[in-house]
Amino acid sequence: MSTLHPTRPPAGRGSTEGRGVLRLSWLHTRSLFVETVRVPIAVVGTVVFPALTLLFFVVPQPFAQDPAQATAAAAQISLFAVVSVCLFTYGVGVAEDRALPYDSYLRTLPVGAAPRLAGRVLNGLGFALVALVPVVVLATLLTAATLPASRLLLTGGALALAALPMLGLGLAIGYGLPTKAALAVAQLLLLPLAFGGGLFLPPETFPSWLDALSTWLPTRAGRDLVVSAATGVDLPVTALPVLAGWVLLTAALAVLAYRRDEGRRFR
Amino acid sequence: MTAPVAPDVLARAVGATRRYGDVVALVDVSLDVPAGQLLGLLGPNGAGKSTLLQLLCGLRRPTSGRVELFGRAPTDPVARTGLGVTPQESGLPPTLRVGEVVDVVAGHYPDPVPTPEVLDRFGLADLRRRQTGGLSGGQKRRLAVALAFVGRPRLVLLDEPTTGLDVDARHDLWDAVREYHAAGGTVVLTSHYLEEVQALAERVVVVDGGRVLVDGSLEEVRSAVPSRRVRLHAPHVPDLGRALVSRSTHEGDVHELWTTDADALVRRLVRDDVAFTGLEVASPSLEEAFLAVTATGGAAPARSAAGGSTTSTPSAAGAGAHAQEVLR
Repeated sequence: MSTLHPTRPPAGRGSTEGRGVLRLSWLHTRSLFVETVRVPIAVVGTVVFPALTLLFFVVPQPFAQDPAQATAAAAQISLFAVVSVCLFTYGVGVAEDRALPYDSYLRTLPVGAAPRLAGRVLNGLGFALVALVPVVVLATLLTAATLPASRLLLTGGALALAALPMLGLGLAIGYGLPTKAALAVAQLLLLPLAFGGGLFLPPETFPSWLDALSTWLPTRAGRDLVVSAATGVDLPVTALPVLAGWVLLTAALAVLAYRRDEGRRFR
Repeated sequence: MTAPVAPDVLARAVGATRRYGDVVALVDVSLDVPAGQLLGLLGPNGAGKSTLLQLLCGLRRPTSGRVELFGRAPTDPVARTGLGVTPQESGLPPTLRVGEVVDVVAGHYPDPVPTPEVLDRFGLADLRRRQTGGLSGGQKRRLAVALAFVGRPRLVLLDEPTTGLDVDARHDLWDAVREYHAAGGTVVLTSHYLEEVQALAERVVVVDGGRVLVDGSLEEVRSAVPSRRVRLHAPHVPDLGRALVSRSTHEGDVHELWTTDADALVRRLVRDDVAFTGLEVASPSLEEAFLAVTATGGAAPARSAAGGSTTSTPSAAGAGAHAQEVLR
């Protein structure tokens, strides 16, 4: 039999079913991971940036010697790192990839949205988590921040939850906009979301109107969740519902954008 | 249109129209691709060939009308299990190795060709560990075409598979396409090279301006297009009507008239007392005939200019010089 021949028309075997979603998710995760780590400088940038932010903006400050404030600050920087990964890696990165012929090619394979999105999500979150290791280590060594082992896992989980709406937002931007627009929108959103969400200055310093507005932001809800997990302060009742609302909204936007995507909009 | 007994249609477009903003890329195109056929899609750049393929493989949706792949919407991943595609540009992730790319693609299919066998078949076995960014243009092209066959598809869409390849590599790929077709595979192929379509395809569909101009067997297409080219020197040739002359061009006093009936045309020229000298009647290749079709079919005058410039590419000019032999 020659190498190049078609399969016989499906007879039994149920071969019209694509491969399992889990298997394909793993396939895309692994291939994206390999693609990324072969350009080490890109990884270094993502991993080092949050640690530098901590070194410059937290370590020299007087509040770095107050355990509660330092821990909250480290938690906020961690979330900021995750938010910027979501907006840039997913938003701008996806928009860039979509312009590549390989992306169009992958969309002709028998694979739906879920495995490819899963591959991106797992990679982005994986690199973001790696980036948090130096933040935790530096915060522990150079500031009064403490993260007892019992809270480590909880905080990691809180970060992952807090990342979800930003992930949806990033993917919606990436699949919905061309590269240049995605870059502009990601930049426009990052600072207001980070500042308004209390990732730079703690919300306690906000005037009351800003605090009220901030309550409705996904970054604020996420920040409250992460800070609560790391320090044990009470979680405001608004945090989880606001977060859940944003998760649903941005996930719907992301799926919509993915479905509408046809690669580049010209022929 | 020939209608074999209840053909198993693998892909189908029904009244498919596709717009990009104000630009209409396809207008009400209907096309069936029966199992086992090797279909060549011809047309100048921007004719709508690529858009048609993109509709068939689910990359784009029709603005109106319907497209089916194995009886489903092509945007349904299950429909694409039996599909093999080669990207038009050689855009592979530069950091992945050749073997890894084949493995990723193979991982999507229930019964793929083993990676070493694919690489071997396309002469890429030695390059398995090479990153695709380090491949030559021809090697990338071969890998891209190989990917279309990895999943043992029942239908392969090849969008200009041999563009940029040298003659030997092109013939190797033709062998691969013939091997696959002989084993029962179905192929839709677009090409800039008419020679390629002439060498491979059983059925030819000529597309221009987003419409199907001609659809038939190789022979039918030959007879549907002006089959004779009459060349003569004359100070002036009167308008002889579209029925007799489907296309005419002139350069100085050299006139080229395309017709389906050279005898009638010459009789008419004599009757009208046209002062011609150096009369030549040639049977053009499909390539030239095709250019004549697209030049007359496209409403825009710019088309004939595009057709004219295509004629001057080396391969086309070469084929033109041997026009008579080709048809014999």
